[in-house]
Amino acid sequence: MRYAILLMGSPYSDQASHSALRFARALLARGHRLEAVFFYHDGVYNAARLSAPPQDEPHLTDGWVELHEAHGVAMQVCIAAALRRGLMDEREAARHGKTGHSVEAPFELTGVGQLVDLSQRCDRLVTFGA
Amino acid sequence: MSDQHEPLAGDLLVILRHAPHGSSWLREGLDVALVAAAFGTDVSLLFMGEGVTALVEGQASGALGQKGTAPTLEMLEMYDIETLWVEAEALTRFGLTADELMLAPRALEAGAIAEAVQNHPRVLTF
Repeated sequence: MRYAILLMGSPYSDQASHSALRFARALLARGHRLEAVFFYHDGVYNAARLSAPPQDEPHLTDGWVELHEAHGVAMQVCIAAALRRGLMDEREAARHGKTGHSVEAPFELTGVGQLVDLSQRCDRLVTFGA
Repeated sequence: MSDQHEPLAGDLLVILRHAPHGSSWLREGLDVALVAAAFGTDVSLLFMGEGVTALVEGQASGALGQKGTAPTLEMLEMYDIETLWVEAEALTRFGLTADELMLAPRALEAGAIAEAVQNHPRVLTF
């Protein structure tokens, strides 16, 4: 089956991100395809390049990057939700006159239209953190 | 169960469970509904729990300077979002009557809500 995940919970504040990552790994291990993870609401913080959890805790951002590298899972971040929370890539940082950026590839800033598209293209869209 | 026999069906059901002020859940949920409708999706909206308070008439922007959601709700028709439902039990819980609400949503009992969820291939909950 073709899956997509909608993740809306903040990493480390809620269980949602941990559950979503474990669910993603489990379905890939079973031979399913995971098309994309769409980060929305506080879920956008999963894309924070500078997140630095203690070493004995799971690193969620690195976990998503690994999934992208190993399985080609797209990491789509809602741009409107991200910008108002201080998350932007180099291009947006330049556009807004900021001195640093907080999001980089494989995370891509995109619109909610991508979420609608995913829900149409995939057999299952599973929400975490609502 | 519902008193009418028109099927509670559609393409995408967006469930809104948060009040308009105090968090961005309602606003971000409505954004998804509007974008989906703009993409040509047949969108149904269900206001549940605290979400029913979004429909109370006469709301302006909040004390925190957040944009109110009432202007967005008024735009729904323009986006062809015409199927509006509200949880009957939540109205009772918040002491609201149908004539206190904007947009005249149809009140659904628990059984009808289950039917609506079942009859939409896609459901997003905010």
